[in-house]
Amino acid sequence: MNHQKREDLVKSVLFVFSITASLILLLIIIFLFNEAIRLFQEVSFLDFLFGTKWNPEQGLYGAFPFVFFSIMATLGALIIAIPLGVSCAVFLAEIAPGWARDATRPVIELLAGIPSIIYGLFGLVIIVRFIKVSLELATGETILAGSIILAAMILPIIISISQDSIESVPKSFKLGSLAMGATNWQTLRKIILPTALPGIFAGIILGVGRAMGETMAVVLVLGNSENMPEVVKQLLGKEGSSTVMQLINQVPEILFKPGEALTSAILLEMGPAQVGGLHYSALFALGVILFCITFVLSVASNYILSRSQISVR
Amino acid sequence: MDDGNEIEIRDLNLWYGDNHALKDVNLDIRKNRITALIGPSGCGKSTFLRCINRMNDLIEGVKIKGEVLLNGENIYKKDVDVVALRKRIGQVFQKPNPFPMSIYDNVAYGPRIHGVGKKELDGVVEKSLKDAALWREVSDRLEGAALDLSGGQQQRLCIARALAIRPDVILFDEPCSALDPISTHKIEDLLQELKKKYTIVIVTHNMQQAARVSDYTGFFLLGEMIEFNRTRVLFENPEMEQTEDYITGRFG
Ligand SMILES: Nc1ncnc2c1ncn2[C@@H]1O[C@H](COP(=O)(O)OP(=O)(O)OP(=O)(O)O)[C@@H](O)[C@H]1O
Ligand SMILES: [Mg+2]
Repeated sequence: MNHQKREDLVKSVLFVFSITASLILLLIIIFLFNEAIRLFQEVSFLDFLFGTKWNPEQGLYGAFPFVFFSIMATLGALIIAIPLGVSCAVFLAEIAPGWARDATRPVIELLAGIPSIIYGLFGLVIIVRFIKVSLELATGETILAGSIILAAMILPIIISISQDSIESVPKSFKLGSLAMGATNWQTLRKIILPTALPGIFAGIILGVGRAMGETMAVVLVLGNSENMPEVVKQLLGKEGSSTVMQLINQVPEILFKPGEALTSAILLEMGPAQVGGLHYSALFALGVILFCITFVLSVASNYILSRSQISVR
Repeated sequence: MDDGNEIEIRDLNLWYGDNHALKDVNLDIRKNRITALIGPSGCGKSTFLRCINRMNDLIEGVKIKGEVLLNGENIYKKDVDVVALRKRIGQVFQKPNPFPMSIYDNVAYGPRIHGVGKKELDGVVEKSLKDAALWREVSDRLEGAALDLSGGQQQRLCIARALAIRPDVILFDEPCSALDPISTHKIEDLLQELKKKYTIVIVTHNMQQAARVSDYTGFFLLGEMIEFNRTRVLFENPEMEQTEDYITGRFG
């Protein structure tokens, strides 16, 4: 009897805790949307999302350039980090001797735990300067620099999740393949990688989420609206005009220009913005975009991971 | 039917680090016959089997001395192509291990790797499945996932997969130990069919199975080959006392 009662008590305490955690999360979401909603009484949602002019003084709130810069920096990071990370994971899981594996794992975990501002400082001092000097640009604070820093930050995630999923491919698959006269390379390509693919994919998506949401490192290396050259000022609506398509057509050029990510915009403009004003609300709306992107990414990643466990058993 | 030796093992020794797991093993494996290997757990049967297709190469710290002659050629010679060797010597594992892909792709895996063209592939897959006595059960669901098959069907699929690369020898390591009696029976029948075309070596813990299916039997104990003879002779009239103790269950 006594046991039963005690268990019931523990159960209800745990229940209250877990409900509290979910409630807090829910409150944050409600708060975020609530602050953002005022903007949409003035500006239509589509104008906000696809507008290319952002100038709070003139009441222009087009968030597309920020979204665009964020996506570009992230895509650039993926182009660097996916091949590097996956091949590193393959090497660690399949080729490296046991001691090398044991030595690298803590290092990679450490890399994943370094505060992002440190990456930002490193980027500012080393990468931004390197880009400026080697490409002879006016400023090294470019989307490219952002991509490189983000790549470095998501690399540990991609490596460790890919390595885990490669290592969790049942050994019997590998032995079965080798016993039929497949080479190591064929076994890797045709059996191990396809089986591990959902896990690798989930790791990449997680990396994308991290890159999109990253603030401190990005704000340091991407440049900001204060010293932005004309092209970007145009894009942001100070003068001239541009459309979504124009922006997309300029990708190669923009790569070597400063930009401003979603996260940077919120960080840099929140100070000047008047609390409760439209500008203030627009920054929260940027937060909503960010939230939706990362939410979708993490749901997708979980879905893929859960399905992969079924197919591999 | 040719009665020559397909494989001859000469003074084979194997160490896992300091563990001397096989000691001076000598054995002839006849072509188109079933050779069974029996012995208590840990005596080195699986280790011995893995020597024949060089799967022990994959284990760190293994040292091998002696010769394994496949049709007179030592497979442990320096310049032997291990990949080509494994194409000639198929293996079926204790636990069915189909790949996480369709039934068709499982059987087609080996032929594709070894360069069989698209046109011939359908034929090879059908023939292999028929030879593995699985065709009738799966012919209408070749694109279905192999992992959805029953354990017995999965094991026959693994046999079909091994047959598809047209080996000369097939090694079976306790192929029925994870299966129910009916599936076991099907595979035993299958072995009798397969030996018309292939040389078969089978490790089993089931003495009745060894007696039922094999033509020759070898008894291993603590890494040594204690006795090797025609199955009938070994079971009815063993020369060594240890063999008799083991097959009558008085061992230990
Ligand atoms: N991968 C390995 N690494 C180190 N030692 C091993 C390895 N595999 C087997 N051994 C050792 O070699 C000896 C023989 O093992 P083996 O698996 O060949 O026995 P077995 O006769 O197949 O046993 P069972 O009937 O239980 O399958 C055992 O002492 C075992 O501990
Ligand atoms: Mg064994």
